[in-house]
Amino acid sequence: MGLPVPPFAHDVFGPDAIILKGLDGLNWRLKDYEARGGYQALRKVLAEKIPPEAIVNEVKKSALRGRGGAGFPAGLKWSFMPRRFSGQKYLVCNSDEGEPGTFKDRDILRYNPHVVIEGMALAAYTTGASVGYNYIHGEIWDIYERFEEALAEARAAGYIGKNILGSDLSFELHAHHGFGAYICGEETGLLESIEGKRGLPRFRPPFPASYGLYGKPTTVNNTETFAAVPWIVLNGGEAYVNLGRPNNGGTKIFSVSGDVGRPGNYEVPLGTPFAKLLDMAGGMRDGRKLKACIPGGSSMPVLPGGVMMQTDMDYDSIAKAGSMLGSGAVIVMDETRCMVKSLLRLSYFYFEESCGQCTPCREGTGWLYRMVHRIEHGKGRKEDLDVLDNVADNIAGRTICALGDAAALPVKSFVKHFRDEFKYHIEHGKCLVPEYL
Amino acid sequence: MIEIEIDGRQLQVAEGSTIMDAAHRAGIFVPHFCYHEKLSIAANCRMCLVEVEKAPKPLPACATPVMNGMRVFTHSEQAIDAQKGVMEFLLINHPLDCPICDQGGECQLQDLAVGYGASGSRYEESKRVVSNKNLGSLISTDMTRCIHCTRCVRFGREIAGIMELGMIGRGEHSEIITFIGKTVDSELSGNVIDLCPVGALTSKPFRYSARTWELTRRPSVSPHCGLGANLTVQVKQNRVMRALPRENENINECWLSDKDRFSYEGLNSEQRLARPMLRRGSAWEHVEWQVALDFVARELKRIRERHGAASIGALATPHQTLEELFLLGKLAREFASGNVDFRLRQADFRADERLRGAPWLGMNIAELGSLDRALVVGSTLRKDHPLLAHRLRQAVKRGMQLTLVNPVDDDLLMRVAAKAIVAPQAMPRMLAQVLKAAARLKNGELPAGQRAALEAIEVTEPAERVAASLVSGKSAAVFLGNLAQHHPDALELHALAQELAALTGARAGFLGEAANSVGGYIAGAVPFAAEPRGMNARQMLAEPRKAYLLLGVEAELDTHDPAQALAAMRAAELVVALSPFEHKAVEYAHVMLPVAPFTETAGTFVNTEGAAQSFNGVVRPLAEARPAWKVLRVLGNLLGIPGFGYDSAEQVRDEILGGGELAARLDNRLSDTTLGMIGAAAGGLQRIGEVPIYAADALVRRAQSLQRTRDAATAVAWMNRALFDRLGLRDGDQVRVRQGTGEALVPAAVDDRLPADCVRLAAAREETAALGAMFGPVEAERVAARQQVAV
Amino acid sequence: MVLSPEALARIDRATAKYPSDQRQSAVMAALTIAQDEKGWLSTETMDFVAQYLGMPPIAVYEVASFYTMYHLKPVGKHKLTICTNLPCALQGATAAAEHLKQKLGIGFNETTADGLFTLKEGECMGACGDAPVVLLNNKRMCCTMTPDRLDALIKELK
Ligand SMILES: Cc1cc2nc3c(=O)[nH]c(=O)nc-3n(C[C@H](O)[C@H](O)[C@H](O)COP(=O)(O)O)c2cc1C
Ligand code: SF4
Ligand code: FES
Repeated sequence: MGLPVPPFAHDVFGPDAIILKGLDGLNWRLKDYEARGGYQALRKVLAEKIPPEAIVNEVKKSALRGRGGAGFPAGLKWSFMPRRFSGQKYLVCNSDEGEPGTFKDRDILRYNPHVVIEGMALAAYTTGASVGYNYIHGEIWDIYERFEEALAEARAAGYIGKNILGSDLSFELHAHHGFGAYICGEETGLLESIEGKRGLPRFRPPFPASYGLYGKPTTVNNTETFAAVPWIVLNGGEAYVNLGRPNNGGTKIFSVSGDVGRPGNYEVPLGTPFAKLLDMAGGMRDGRKLKACIPGGSSMPVLPGGVMMQTDMDYDSIAKAGSMLGSGAVIVMDETRCMVKSLLRLSYFYFEESCGQCTPCREGTGWLYRMVHRIEHGKGRKEDLDVLDNVADNIAGRTICALGDAAALPVKSFVKHFRDEFKYHIEHGKCLVPEYL
Repeated sequence: MIEIEIDGRQLQVAEGSTIMDAAHRAGIFVPHFCYHEKLSIAANCRMCLVEVEKAPKPLPACATPVMNGMRVFTHSEQAIDAQKGVMEFLLINHPLDCPICDQGGECQLQDLAVGYGASGSRYEESKRVVSNKNLGSLISTDMTRCIHCTRCVRFGREIAGIMELGMIGRGEHSEIITFIGKTVDSELSGNVIDLCPVGALTSKPFRYSARTWELTRRPSVSPHCGLGANLTVQVKQNRVMRALPRENENINECWLSDKDRFSYEGLNSEQRLARPMLRRGSAWEHVEWQVALDFVARELKRIRERHGAASIGALATPHQTLEELFLLGKLAREFASGNVDFRLRQADFRADERLRGAPWLGMNIAELGSLDRALVVGSTLRKDHPLLAHRLRQAVKRGMQLTLVNPVDDDLLMRVAAKAIVAPQAMPRMLAQVLKAAARLKNGELPAGQRAALEAIEVTEPAERVAASLVSGKSAAVFLGNLAQHHPDALELHALAQELAALTGARAGFLGEAANSVGGYIAGAVPFAAEPRGMNARQMLAEPRKAYLLLGVEAELDTHDPAQALAAMRAAELVVALSPFEHKAVEYAHVMLPVAPFTETAGTFVNTEGAAQSFNGVVRPLAEARPAWKVLRVLGNLLGIPGFGYDSAEQVRDEILGGGELAARLDNRLSDTTLGMIGAAAGGLQRIGEVPIYAADALVRRAQSLQRTRDAATAVAWMNRALFDRLGLRDGDQVRVRQGTGEALVPAAVDDRLPADCVRLAAAREETAALGAMFGPVEAERVAARQQVAV
Repeated sequence: MVLSPEALARIDRATAKYPSDQRQSAVMAALTIAQDEKGWLSTETMDFVAQYLGMPPIAVYEVASFYTMYHLKPVGKHKLTICTNLPCALQGATAAAEHLKQKLGIGFNETTADGLFTLKEGECMGACGDAPVVLLNNKRMCCTMTPDRLDALIKELK
């Protein structure tokens, strides 16, 4: 159970990995990264003076979609940065990773920090940002420290700092740590947090590309998104799309957790069938049956096992199946799991993590949680399921940030797909499944 | 301009407006809580969700910018559904006990819930309870009612300039709080009471004293600082229950300073004089008005006959109405050879000979916001002029450079671009340096009238920076604050400011100290207003008169030199005190006449921008109290002075203001700015005697809740560390301050921002009433803790 | 001086990461450093941080109370935070939490009588694959915490 202890075999993350390729848990330092061909993309761009627009185009072509949850095309986002803006611009990496089920950014930073640094340097070159921050959540302190170490290496080697590799490019990169707030993963909450405030998401517009960190144009991308960039720059956008599927370019790291034999990160081409991914993760633990799966992190709708087994792991396929790929956290639940109790834990999470600034989320998450809590504890009422659904509807789409939707979607999907189980709870005051979590 | 449609109505609105702005313009109401015109947009309450064509979800009207061709529906099914949903969320954790809530009847949540709330609640879980906080003597909390709109927090950060309230915790557990155990001390704090849409923050003095529907609302004007804030005074059974802002974008906008808001408490003070009183030997006796006034007239005539008209002096505070000041002036010119003045805290009257008109702000109040440079000379800006300071703060936020020549360096809660902090007696020289530096920067000549003085002066770096700021502006102003007006060298400061303004293209202005600081001149309550020219306030007190008519004056608190004033009163044969309150005059006066405060009389204040604002009494005078203009009318008649047959305050006002333009009577320019040499500062300890915000006038001094704030804390002798150490002081020590024959024993404390050899010790307070002038040399010595017991 | 010169030096290093007019950005780092030194964040400590960074004290308090890893009250010498979120729960975190409670004789948000251990329930730590995970004093993440590994950890800390 759990990740292997370093040194481990080079392909524990899957045979098709590119970001996590060739890693053994110890070879994270600059020299190792260079030995794997690291910083070649940056060297190439600077040496050949490739115009930023060309890189944007290549990234657009690659169909690289943001790996932080929303799946927004990275190239398009970069193109929003005001070109001619002469003032300070910022680049921010989102390593806040607090979405239950997600633990991929941690492993990228732990085992291959320089790929993120190189990706950010390339993005800085492309967007014209001269200062960047990597926001790393506080729970992985040793990884924050390791990233600082990697930064020191990169700085010493001239990959970041003033006049990178003797070119005109200057890019200073710093690590900023969080300290226990899921909402700081939301990009504008994250910016507020870097500004030394509570991580309260901002209303948009204005978007970060025009009014971001310290009010300056800013691009925010997920760690994995940046990590994919060097490969794209070196091998071309087309090669990247071809790894995956049209509009779903490249590989994706899936964090598989729950009732599987080998929970862990698996980097596979987008479009890989779920069944195959499940197999890589050691299959169902103890040979039990798949009951349900949340394919994209706890904020996404749950799907019944049967649906899941028919689905391929890419943005569009999962959307078609009725959920979302999100951050790529695959939470697997077997036949013994109680859906009420599972939802209760998730509802508690959103209740606990709501920043509290906007009304529907602040008040609604508590309401949802308390209702599910009642149902789980045998105090459910007949009308509860409809009220749950309606309260979730009253939250979704009416909040400042997407945490409201994130709290509503699980509720709606759990009740929808497992209504009978909820009803049983309400009617009998106890669980339908034999074994509790 | 952008074309949009709201609820089927075509509108043209400015680019960058929000849907809320547009709806507002079209007179369409969009429900809201967190949105406030004067505050930044938070978009957190979500009450203003509206439907926008093509948008997949409802959007908050307060934060969504309009776009060309946008079609907005504020009452469509989607919009109403969203608004109702939000309302339900707001109510689930809100106590639904409006009948016992102090906000009941004036609660935005209550009002909107009627339109958007469901009849019954689906929420059957337990409700949140939030502990209350002690925010001090002015604001009461009921935090369970808070709906997290953050208006109060944004007010502090954005308007008051100080973040005293914050939102701690997160999610459902977040709550509004001050930093652990701190009170709210801003001089603008009361505004959060108005801003709070629910009953979370309410007025402590007003709490539970009345329901809104029992209150009559009457318009009035604040009698305190020179702003002339517009008030709505709320009355129940002939008693003033509360004062609220009456919106006036040109003057106070929607705000009130705490002084303007809470000092109404003084109106109901136990010290209110209910009936005329006559001294019989050492005892006081209540008498009929007739008796009292006959006595006054008889005595005045006697004294006039015996000692001459010039032996009588008339003094008023600048908080009296225009009409009262006028009648007092008229009476004094007819009967007291022109001895009349209202400038009781002024020390230097040399400018009187050179004044061309009434000194005023020099511009409209609203124009403060559009300045790009402002030099303020001699002011405790925030405390003397809370809302003028707010205007300047907003200007600073927009890029205005504020500079100072000041003896104190208090935190103004705004960026100060450059400052010269010097001892009071060094201020004229410092201002002269600024003038000289500005002249150099302008490559100009030194102004002729000051050339000799300026040539002898060396320019130091702070002066250069102040000058550099001033000359670089397009719209600049030089303001003389209260400390400059009270300064013993006020003429020099005035003349230098005028020249500096002329040289730099700036406007010069006075930050008017009191409600009628301009009006007093307009009313002619100054000795040079007409013939006969009499004595000014200082002369009348320095050369004691035989008889004094005091209008609202508390001699030891309202004058520049209380020791001198008290001595003069004590020596007089007759002191007639017209006052709403009983006060120390019982020790020296011979008659006390209860006159009406501003809420019990009609009157006019001419504020610092020269706006004449008339008002009516909002309640009947208390007991036997009478409007002072009527008392003066009767007195005029009893004294046989012609032309005292007024029927109403309006008639008096019309005589003063006539049909003539008031603006023509405002002028800050001295006819002659020639100055002699500006001497170097004298050595020795100097007093900085400012007037604390809640000590400034008789009414506020009796407002109990304000007297419990930090700004009203007991007088302390502040000095810098070097002086503190030199006096051998240790923390907690007291210091004996001597000035002339008077002395005061007060705690000593360090303020390292003060200039060397200065003791900052408030005037207008009991503790320092035995002392002399507000500025000038003092002596100080340590009183060791042991000795204190004996004292 | 509320904090040691070393702590101040570390805060200064953190401050240097941000534009010079944005010292407030270092508040999270400063509070973390202060907490490491003091064990928890007292009013006095937060006041000091506010003054050091030129922030209103209430703004510091807002931050300190928003992020769950700051302690506004003293905690035991070893703070154990166990993630009980769904993915972890599916992998034995519920049982591990029960085990900890029994072993230490305390519930969540409680401290042992000897002041040695405080137990907290945590939200996702981004380490779900290694469940059950226990965060020791905010800084050390302990993975795959089966009951015997928990026992070993507690023994090590005692
Ligand atoms: C509540 C919430 C939490 C989020 N957490 C994360 C996170 O931990 N990591 C992340 O990269 N994006 C997170 N996001 C998404 C970010 O807001 C943002 O879309 C993303 O960082 C953009 O990067 P990408 O385009 O590369 O995906 C979160 C969004 C929400 C609404
Ligand atoms: S106290 Fe009032 S104004 Fe302040 S946030 Fe709460 S509801 Fe809003
Ligand atoms: S669910 Fe426990 S660390 Fe993610």
